[in-house]
Amino acid sequence: MANRVAIVAVAQTRYHPNREDVNEGELAYEAIAQVIGETGLDFSEDGGIGLAITSSDDYWDGRTISNNIVQAAVGAHMSDEGKVCEDGLNAIYSAYTRIVSGRQDLVIVCSHMKESQADKSMVENLTMDPMFLRPFGIDYLTASALQARCYMEKYGITSEQCAKVAVKNRGNARNNPFAQEPLAITVDDVLNSEVMADPIRLLDSKPVSDGACAMILASEERARKLTAKPIWILGVSNCYEAHYLGERDLAACDALSTAAQKAYRMADIKDPVREIQVAEICEEFSYQELLWYAGLGLCGAGEGGRLIDSGVTQMGGSLAVNPSGGMLSGVPNIVGGMSRAAEIVLQLRGEAAARQVEGPRIGLAHGYTGMCGQLQCVMVLGN
Amino acid sequence: MEGWTIEQLEGKDVFVIEGQVAIPNNYSAGIVGSRFLVELRDNCRIMGIRCPKCDRCYVPPKSTCMECFGQLTEFVEVGKSGTLLTFTVDHHTTPVQTASPPNVYGIIKLDGADTGLLHLIGEVDGKAVKSGMRLEAVFNEERRGSILDIKYFRPAEAG
Repeated sequence: MANRVAIVAVAQTRYHPNREDVNEGELAYEAIAQVIGETGLDFSEDGGIGLAITSSDDYWDGRTISNNIVQAAVGAHMSDEGKVCEDGLNAIYSAYTRIVSGRQDLVIVCSHMKESQADKSMVENLTMDPMFLRPFGIDYLTASALQARCYMEKYGITSEQCAKVAVKNRGNARNNPFAQEPLAITVDDVLNSEVMADPIRLLDSKPVSDGACAMILASEERARKLTAKPIWILGVSNCYEAHYLGERDLAACDALSTAAQKAYRMADIKDPVREIQVAEICEEFSYQELLWYAGLGLCGAGEGGRLIDSGVTQMGGSLAVNPSGGMLSGVPNIVGGMSRAAEIVLQLRGEAAARQVEGPRIGLAHGYTGMCGQLQCVMVLGN
Repeated sequence: MEGWTIEQLEGKDVFVIEGQVAIPNNYSAGIVGSRFLVELRDNCRIMGIRCPKCDRCYVPPKSTCMECFGQLTEFVEVGKSGTLLTFTVDHHTTPVQTASPPNVYGIIKLDGADTGLLHLIGEVDGKAVKSGMRLEAVFNEERRGSILDIKYFRPAEAG
């Protein structure tokens, strides 16, 4: 590969259930201002940031062309600009390709989302096929419940094992100053919480959340001048599968497996469990973390329950997953994957404070978009 | 307006403007989808479409095989009965729901199909629904060319 690409600065807002005090641009700017301040960069034609790529969603934001309100806030005035209407990890992927190609040497990326602005079920229903899915009035929770049962019954995954994910991640969030919902809860608390769509309960689900994440990506030459601790993108891939749920094996996650294997091949990772020390993965529902473990090659098919039982993915385990608290502790959709990558950057720089994993060299970030993880994106990062 | 900061606002004078995106849309069901809906409406028949190359029958039918990228034209009638692959008893309340919860949704693999059909399950208590059970389609008396021309699937009588 001709050009290496590094992440040189990251920032997140504190995640919050309702940031009605700011609009989307002002929210994005809270994160943008931090990475600009940290690097001292500007948007001048002479050596400044040449491109801004944001990720947001038109229906969530209630305007088609959801990026038009953040134009000034992300430094895109009279500049090259792009938007990814998908999870934010894909925005980083897009920025990466612009730098690898040699077209840009500095790119700013930002994911912003105010889930509080719209009704989640209505937005999600509108993503669905209007002939065969939308008329049922379902949302992603209902769809995910269908996937959860399919997966759990096929492999004998228990509700207790799913609940352990919710307990682990919300517990980890107590060490994360950006977390919305740090909670000391027990497996029994999860199992006694309200049934939303059987087998998914309230505490198996992530709360409504507002927030933004931003980062600056740089070519190797620029990165070395900007920071003593560049974090390199070693591998990245995404993969898309069928929209219609009945066309998928819901107990598997084939798109994730494919994306992960391609990213690992690019990063020359042969044994992810031994070579990766920390992972941040998107889990809107607790069962997803167990299912994604297998898709990411961290265990065999159906062994996600055994992996959580083993303690390997806890803080202090050999492969801590979601030291930040993950999405279950409150991170918005769309921002999910970018915030996962930002957390991995902090881990690899040794700057994750109370949630720091000991001396990681390789980290994994994951994000997904759409019903039951239709589009999956995987990124391998190293210091 | 010197010093007019967020802190001084204290959340008191933050304006939140109510609005909604409401755009009527006319979605074409397409050539293949229209045939499916016409057969449901006029003949209470559930049509799939077969990819001869992959030997795979899609229900609902689609124009392009996702495995081989081939154009699909071979309609086949599939069974009105099938096997329940997965289900949920859905308790949460949303503005898009068509009926008050609890609603039971399932994915049913109809006899002769290679994919599952998402639909409602009725005439059964949620607690009695089990993956693997046999279900049969119940059609509405009045049909208008919609996936909801099938009212729901109910437990099939033995044999």
